[in-house]
Amino acid sequence: MTGAKRWLIAGIVLAVVVSIFSAQFNRYHLGIIIDIGINIILAVSLNLINGHTGQFSLGHAGFMAVGGYTAAKISLVVSPMLPPALQPMIFLFALLAGGGLAALAGLGVGIPSLRLRGDYLAIVTLGFGEIIRVVVQNMDSVGAASGLKGIPKYTTLGWAFSLAAVTIYFVTALVNSTYGRGFIAVSDDEVAASSMGINPVRYKVTAFVTGAFFAGIAGGLYAHHKQFLSPTGFDFLKSIDIVVMVILGGMGRTTGVVVAAILLTLLPEVLRQFSEYRMIIYSLLIIVLMMARPQGLFTWNRKKGGAA
Amino acid sequence: MLSEFRPCSEQVKPHADFENPVCACINGISSLSARLVLVTFDAMFPRTLFAFAAISILIVSCNQPGSDGIVIGEFASLTGKEATFGISSHEGTLLAVETLNAAGGVLGKKIDLLTEDNQSKAGETSNVVNKLISKDGAVAILGEVASSRSLEAAPICQQNGIPMVSPASTNPKVTETGDNIFRVCFIDPFQGTVMANFVTKTLNAKKVAVFTDVKSDYSKGLAKFFKEGLAKNGVQIVAELDFNGGDKDFKAQLTAIKSAAPDAVFIPGYYTDVALIAIQAKQLGLNVPLCGGDGWESQTLLDIGKTAVEGHYFSTHYASDAASPNVQAFVAAYTKRYNGKVPDAMAALGYDSAMILVDAIKRAGSTDSKAIRDALAATKDFEAVTGKIAINAQRDAVKSAVILQVKDGKFKYLETVAP
Amino acid sequence: MDWLLQQLINGLALGSIYALIALGYTMVYGVLRFINFAHADVLMLGAYAAYFLAPAVNSIFPLPSLTGTLIIVLLSAMICAAIGILIEILAYRPLRQRPRLTVLITAIGVSLFIEFTCQHKAVFGADTKPFPQLLPEHDFHLGGLVIGSNDLVVVVTTLLLLGGMWFIVQRTKMGTAMRAVSFNQQAAALMGININRIISFTFGLGSALAAVAGILYALKAPGIDPLMGVQPGLRAFIAAVLGGIGNLPGAALGGLLLGLLETFAGGISGLSNYRDGIAFAILILILLFKPAGLLGKATIEKV
Repeated sequence: MTGAKRWLIAGIVLAVVVSIFSAQFNRYHLGIIIDIGINIILAVSLNLINGHTGQFSLGHAGFMAVGGYTAAKISLVVSPMLPPALQPMIFLFALLAGGGLAALAGLGVGIPSLRLRGDYLAIVTLGFGEIIRVVVQNMDSVGAASGLKGIPKYTTLGWAFSLAAVTIYFVTALVNSTYGRGFIAVSDDEVAASSMGINPVRYKVTAFVTGAFFAGIAGGLYAHHKQFLSPTGFDFLKSIDIVVMVILGGMGRTTGVVVAAILLTLLPEVLRQFSEYRMIIYSLLIIVLMMARPQGLFTWNRKKGGAA
Repeated sequence: MLSEFRPCSEQVKPHADFENPVCACINGISSLSARLVLVTFDAMFPRTLFAFAAISILIVSCNQPGSDGIVIGEFASLTGKEATFGISSHEGTLLAVETLNAAGGVLGKKIDLLTEDNQSKAGETSNVVNKLISKDGAVAILGEVASSRSLEAAPICQQNGIPMVSPASTNPKVTETGDNIFRVCFIDPFQGTVMANFVTKTLNAKKVAVFTDVKSDYSKGLAKFFKEGLAKNGVQIVAELDFNGGDKDFKAQLTAIKSAAPDAVFIPGYYTDVALIAIQAKQLGLNVPLCGGDGWESQTLLDIGKTAVEGHYFSTHYASDAASPNVQAFVAAYTKRYNGKVPDAMAALGYDSAMILVDAIKRAGSTDSKAIRDALAATKDFEAVTGKIAINAQRDAVKSAVILQVKDGKFKYLETVAP
Repeated sequence: MDWLLQQLINGLALGSIYALIALGYTMVYGVLRFINFAHADVLMLGAYAAYFLAPAVNSIFPLPSLTGTLIIVLLSAMICAAIGILIEILAYRPLRQRPRLTVLITAIGVSLFIEFTCQHKAVFGADTKPFPQLLPEHDFHLGGLVIGSNDLVVVVTTLLLLGGMWFIVQRTKMGTAMRAVSFNQQAAALMGININRIISFTFGLGSALAAVAGILYALKAPGIDPLMGVQPGLRAFIAAVLGGIGNLPGAALGGLLLGLLETFAGGISGLSNYRDGIAFAILILILLFKPAGLLGKATIEKV
């Protein structure tokens, strides 16, 4: 895996170098590029749950909310107390804490998922997402319904894409490892997998915890990018946005999912004049894809089971 | 009502960057080129590289189109769940810009109003405001009704040094963001106090119940200041219950409110919920005055609530049946422009936000954002449709509120409360 | 005491609506083993059908009246049955042999498609429309208690339809075929049962139920919008799971329980703000401890 590590380091270095020049960019374009980075993290991490492991989660926005609010609260409380030189450390800590708490939430969803599959699991994850939203909405310490404002702007292009590279590397490495082949086995046939000595429960929970962790990281990046969080931003439709990225890219296809995340972030910007049709097109896309190309739009000449 | 509304006003030019070859590349990503690039790099770990290929194409910034006019950006919720407010305020703004342009524009130039829709969604606003400022080169930003989305836009305007005028975000936090953020409406502490005094003095209530929409920052904020006002007046709050905006069944909470036997109920919600609450309150025999804020004002409240909303009170920004010539002229112009539609408070505030901004541009004598900001901050005694406006040190509008009552299926002007 | 009884009445009225919607979910699930997410949107379409039919019917049978209402309900139910059958043929039938996840995602797609198309200004528009008064209304006062006539109508209709559904499923030839398809599609087909016809019939019946529920819901809260089905739809689904999905009396029981729980929680100061989350919390608990639901039977997947 040294080749993969080289790519990872190259990716991070490139992201940081490009980031140094980010003051040269138009802020609008810069904002969109960072959105792309965040969406890549979200889509790739959901892909681990929905694609590789074959579960169906509709609550990714909930994990994102947990991570986002945690990270934002930490940097709001901690950053005034420490010198500005420590800012990257605070940010990293806030992101990791957000990811950690989201992972904990992922554990909470993963455990009921032991007994559930398919439609039930979808509804339970949807319910978890909603419960998280309702709880945040009633938490005055994070601004409740009026939202959390004044979050410092820490997210840069470098942060977003370095972490996107880390996410991609981690998820691919995990799935391609000997251990990780179990995810695909669980996805293909749970019963057969368990008769081969693979413990589906462990894999499902691992997938949920890992996916939620990265969703939490993405939430932290999002919070420090938009500088404002409100509970309504993490509703069911946000989860659907991410699900569409995974479906469009092809479930279990990391390359395709990354392409889909980039495309689906750019597309609404290009088609701003037609924004009223956006969701209609999204929903039609889901239906048509499921009928015509359930393997996703950007999957070609790879046989099923390939994890890349 | 939506039939003749266009998402972008007629002043909007086609996006100039479609002619720009570099940006054409960006659009090209969404075409088959994605596939080409991908196949080329389909090595062992191509994703990172692909991501950066996409960025490197995007890196070269496409700067704003050259414009002869003065570009003013507006962001509004033209679609999605709060579209009715966004459309009203947008129509008011559009009418103001058209009126001004017909009279020759400002500083000898026409005004280009660029409108972007944020779909009533969190997260979308920051993108559209960034676009309006960085790509379209707006000298000032107008928007929006919902405080939560104005709060999202405010830091961006502040960091870019672009003045922003919110037509109707009443949450005090909005202008606290920085010295570039203004508003033309009153704020929740004022509105809450007005209604608290009204309930205490005019209605003579001794026991009051508060019924809040927990999903809405507006509702929670207004409820908070209302309760503070009541506490000051020594009135007892006998019940505090919550609902979620969009609920259809309120009987559980209303039964609890009824059992507390209040003299009045304060419901700082939006009109669709309020109408249903009024109906179900009437069914349960909760026959006390219901009161609310500017979220009530809409024809829909009367259409759904019918007799159930009769006799109830709310505070708002202006009364369309007021006698002032300013109001009458605005109502006439609006009705003519939008096929007989009567302007609501959001439309009047949208109109005022554009008028006050253009007035500042005129006084500044330049389109420099800093100069406009200073002129805005110096606004005094501006004769707006919604009353005489002065901008105070907190960049909030100091102005009066009106209290309306629903009577015979109409909103009836009751009294004006000065700040 | 009055307060408690009043909440009981409120809860029963709300629960009956949930029960009625849950019946539709359960029927489709029983036969096809998948959640028809679009059910909640068919409910919304039913309410809109009634909204547009009302002025036409009003000119023949002046509203509010029982005859007029019955005609509107029947017509709306027929329209929705047709829509339901159409959805099944266009979106679900081509996927019948595919993995269940594919069908589930498609169902979400169909649901979103209906919602967003209807929200578009060229269709219904996103704003709330006032629903006309169809039935004469009267409030019955019993001491301090108030019972609305609409609430009585809801309860009675739910009971009648529950009985009707039970009769269809248990006592008619069609119902026998439905149960056969539910038990084993292939074997049923071998016995000469036309699977497609049975499934279409089930979808039609379920959608007609949704239409009735939609109209009753709109009578209770006379403001309709394209997203009106989402909340009660989710709650009703949870009710169906609570009672044991695929089980008709279970759906009714689940609906009533959920309605009562929500109402009692909604009437308490500190809890009313969490009302949205209660249904989901119940769902997660029931799935953790009794996944088959209160009246359902646990099934073991055979390899």
